[in-house]
Amino acid sequence: MSTAAKTRIVGASVPRKEGVDKLVGRAVYVDDIERDGMWHGTTVRSTIPRGRIKSITYDPGIDWSEFAIVTAADVPGKNHIQLIVADQPCLAEAQVNHCDEPIVLLAHPDKHKLREAVGAVHIDYEPLSAVLSIEESERQEIMVLGESNIIKEFTLENGNVDEAWVQAAHIVEGEYRTGAQEHLYIETNGMIAEWSAAEGLTVWGSLQCPFYVHKTLKSVFDLPDEKVRVIQTETGGAFGGKEDYPSTLAAHAGLLAMKSGHPVKMVYDRMEDLAATTKRHPSRVRHRTALDKDGRLLAMEIDLATDGGAYSTLSATVLSRATLHSCGPYVCPNIRVRARAWATNMVPYGAFRGFGAPQAIFAMERHMDEIAATIGMDPVELRRRNFLHQGDQNATEQLMREPVILNQLLDRALAESDYYSRRERFARENATGHVKRGLGIAAFYHGSGFTGSGELYLNSLAGVEVTKDNKVRVMVSNTEFGQGTNTILTQIAAETLGLAFSDVEMAPPDTAVIPNSGPTVASRTSMVVGRLIERASLQLLEMLCNDGGPGAPATREQFFAACNRYRDAHGEVRSLCRYEAPPGIYWDDKTYHGEAYGAYAWAIYVAQVAVDTRDYSAEVEEFWTVQEVGRVLHPVLAKGQIEGGVAQGIGYALYEKVVCQDGRMANNQMTNYIMPTAQDVPPIHVIFEEIPFKYGAYGAKGIGELPHDGPAPAILNAIRDATGVSFKSIPLLPEDIFAVLATRELAEEPAIR
Amino acid sequence: MSESWPAITMQVNGENRTVRVPPMKRLLDVLREDLHLTGAKEGCGEGECGSCSVRMDGELVNSCLVPALQAEGAEIQTVEGLASNGVLHPLQESFLACGGAQCGICTPGMLMAAAQLIERNPHPSMEEIREGLAGNLCRCTGFMRIFESVLEAATQTGKSQAEQAHHAR
Amino acid sequence: MRGNCEAHELIAPGSLPAVLELLAAEPGVWTPIAGGTEIMVAHAAGRLIASKLVSLWGIRDLRFIEMADQGVAIGAGTTFIDLRRHAGLCESWPLLARAASWIGSIANQSRATLGGNLVNGSPAADSSPALLVYDAEIELISVRGSRRVPYRAFHTGYKRNVLEKDELVYALHMPRRFSEHRQYLRKVGTRRAMAISKVALAGTALVKHGTIHEIRLGAASLAAFPTRLYETEKAVLGKPVTRETIAAAREALLAEAAPIDDIRSTAEYRKRVAANLVEEFLLEAGREGPQL
Repeated sequence: MSTAAKTRIVGASVPRKEGVDKLVGRAVYVDDIERDGMWHGTTVRSTIPRGRIKSITYDPGIDWSEFAIVTAADVPGKNHIQLIVADQPCLAEAQVNHCDEPIVLLAHPDKHKLREAVGAVHIDYEPLSAVLSIEESERQEIMVLGESNIIKEFTLENGNVDEAWVQAAHIVEGEYRTGAQEHLYIETNGMIAEWSAAEGLTVWGSLQCPFYVHKTLKSVFDLPDEKVRVIQTETGGAFGGKEDYPSTLAAHAGLLAMKSGHPVKMVYDRMEDLAATTKRHPSRVRHRTALDKDGRLLAMEIDLATDGGAYSTLSATVLSRATLHSCGPYVCPNIRVRARAWATNMVPYGAFRGFGAPQAIFAMERHMDEIAATIGMDPVELRRRNFLHQGDQNATEQLMREPVILNQLLDRALAESDYYSRRERFARENATGHVKRGLGIAAFYHGSGFTGSGELYLNSLAGVEVTKDNKVRVMVSNTEFGQGTNTILTQIAAETLGLAFSDVEMAPPDTAVIPNSGPTVASRTSMVVGRLIERASLQLLEMLCNDGGPGAPATREQFFAACNRYRDAHGEVRSLCRYEAPPGIYWDDKTYHGEAYGAYAWAIYVAQVAVDTRDYSAEVEEFWTVQEVGRVLHPVLAKGQIEGGVAQGIGYALYEKVVCQDGRMANNQMTNYIMPTAQDVPPIHVIFEEIPFKYGAYGAKGIGELPHDGPAPAILNAIRDATGVSFKSIPLLPEDIFAVLATRELAEEPAIR
Repeated sequence: MSESWPAITMQVNGENRTVRVPPMKRLLDVLREDLHLTGAKEGCGEGECGSCSVRMDGELVNSCLVPALQAEGAEIQTVEGLASNGVLHPLQESFLACGGAQCGICTPGMLMAAAQLIERNPHPSMEEIREGLAGNLCRCTGFMRIFESVLEAATQTGKSQAEQAHHAR
Repeated sequence: MRGNCEAHELIAPGSLPAVLELLAAEPGVWTPIAGGTEIMVAHAAGRLIASKLVSLWGIRDLRFIEMADQGVAIGAGTTFIDLRRHAGLCESWPLLARAASWIGSIANQSRATLGGNLVNGSPAADSSPALLVYDAEIELISVRGSRRVPYRAFHTGYKRNVLEKDELVYALHMPRRFSEHRQYLRKVGTRRAMAISKVALAGTALVKHGTIHEIRLGAASLAAFPTRLYETEKAVLGKPVTRETIAAAREALLAEAAPIDDIRSTAEYRKRVAANLVEEFLLEAGREGPQL
């Protein structure tokens, strides 16, 4: 086991593998590519949230013979995107179920003519009543999906919740809401498709999961594996927003390529990307909690609801993760979580960093502070009394076999933020100042990798090969989109093989070349896929050793010499490994009991927030993060992940609101969808603790999503500390703070303050 | 038809370039499509994200908001002109060392903004760095590594200027 | 990019007389474009109606800052970065320099012009509140000559102003008389940078021995165009800065302000925050000692 040994490359901040290209303008994103004879494509979309399509007419003023026009009738195979449930049409046929649903595709060599043409296609609808919120869906008066509007439901139970209420010294209730959130990757969605009867379909584009796209294209075009090729271009940010949507866009570009006989590029402008693509699931979480007189949790009853939008997409798995993160890092003998994902006529929601955990953790950690305030206990102490420790069982009866050092992390976070003395000082200053300051904390975990049996189901295959020109290539379907995949995986290979970092490169993210090592999601790349690369590298050394030559290569030169000998004998030098679950993993999909995740990263976050009572704005002034992550494979990259996630979490809490009118996103411009700028982000402190996880690459656990879980509850807890007002809904804008504070001001001093 | 479009001459990364394009074509599109300099990116098309930033007559501009005709006679510098003779600019070095680029899409614009900042203000404070980069949105980094990269480049530039001065004596 | 660049003509006659002749020859036909930071956004959204545009960029006659004893004249083609870099302007008219630093980003400030900001006429225009409280005069020019109008009378309705079809904004004039005044400017936006104003307030006040001898309040986003708050000024003029006066100011403002609900904010929020800002200004103005 390599985790204890000293390492040369793993654990060092080596230069980003594709770093120089990105710095000199050489990195090639999809919109940088032009292909000979390329046409442009665009989409005609629904303008209503629900209705039957009565007719499609094309203005006679346009010469339509110049255009390629595609509708659902042109789909050669199945008109559905292949995901968990194949219910989302590639193109709407008889009915539309959300605003901006794609109906007609157009292609033309001239971008301007294309723009004109979109306005010249008229869709006549018979509008139907639409469902635009969780509450409307729950009423089950209008059926958007199936017979209940329920996309998915889970019940997680433990012990006996119903009996616990009688024994409780305290019962505290609360309802918490989170809004939609847009990924706002700075590069919008884009694809280029090329079709020929001989080669089949090839697509290039901005995406996270080449084989997800591959699967949908095979189905939409009714093609075998080898006739579909998906190539990822340099991707300018994703955060989950390019997990499933690219399958739709690739199918669209492919259909136009097929119809037109030309390569077709489709790149969304920002307005279209904002309105029409996936966002984070809005949620409503209700807590009812029983505690004993010492503030120990006796029972938790949780009702968790998400808005899934018009089609299933990933709502089931988002709900799953939300459920499994809903009870917090606490011991509680009696639990009932009822979770439901509701269908509405909103644009389908999808994956976004955290994937249900930010929603669930917001509610849990806000609720802990509400409990503390209600029972008159320090919120820090309340958490300490209930933390999970090694040897405890969590909500799914998973035994915490690994060390759980929450108390230690908390101590560190309190020390770093000077928590108690700052709060004391603020309490004094707040009495007279017009700016009120407070500190708030959040305690949480994030499960790495796919839930339960998910990794087994993925059955990932990954490895390394050695080329004739003495380069080692890492063979994975996991993609780089800024988080450092290319660097981490090549580090691991170089370390394990005893080579220089420059000896290892990534095989091109091309489904014709790489094995399927699963999607780049769920914080699994370093831990799960990295471990496969580690194992495959060890396996390669073994293969070379047993090849009848001089034995295990001890130097770089010997390694490559051994590879050449091996290649002479066997034709290629390649070592692949399949995923193996850590031993003793047990998970029951029906009861939702067992080992939900192989590993957990643990964290305590602290926010210092200032609320200005003149303009009612809340600003994060400083932020501390303390997390236990197994092993830091690359300090600069790891820091970057935490800082970036915290910035997004701050946006989620205080700035980013998706404003909808009649099911359409009304603020679909960057000037009106507000993310924090360089002047809005506070100093963010990042502290890592490491308890190596035996089954992760070099001891690593996942960290990509963890940092988005903590900021929102910490921030709203800080606002409660600062103002005494309990806000339970995000995004929390100045107008929302005003609505409460202003009433309070008027009540206290009618004319003068 | 294209003969009716004006010939527009500008200096791009030190080279004279002439294009014949509609006068209201965006400078961003002229750079990317006519001059094949795809470093500058379109992130929003509304002058909000800064990923299209270039230097025009020494001043940072959002090239998505500049009509081609107004670039007539201007000196334009894009990210492709930042390194000289294959030697990376100190900012490019520091971004590499400090993790200033993750997905890289905001990076060309960010580098142009940072270059202008430290040219004008060789020892910027954190406040000045934040202000100088406020028009360049980065969704990946949370800006911390970028701030460090700029500070590092400013320090290095200061050091090498001091060395040069020392050797010149 | 939803605009069709081939559908718009753009010419650059290159000199002020040439532009004015064009506007006189074809009034209402040619839309002037300076830095383009508004027009090009409309173009990208496919919402640019003007098919003929005449460029003002690079016309030296429009880009100047001339200081004199009585005041300053600022050419309409002056960019916001020009304003920020002019030491004399920063010293004597600090509110305008500060407003300039809040417009968009550095990349916007290097192209956005003072004239463009005013002619665009957004109720949220960043430079307007400062100009209002500095008693600015706006000079309009055409082939027929030039005329001056108090800036406070320039806007007549939502995106409507007193410009004739053949006129351009030539310059803004501000008197040099505010060195003893208390000065205030605060913008409330959606975030610290790159923010369209939800409400902004500028104020200049001459306070002697705790009494308000002169006061001007200029606001953005409290009406259909940037405007002075005349009723609020009346409520405090000649009064000592006391709790009662501040209360009266708040009341007057809440009655006078007519903001709207829009995608960025609400009328109630804007009114209330504006009242808080007036109070903040008066509290600062009433204090002894140096300010700003």
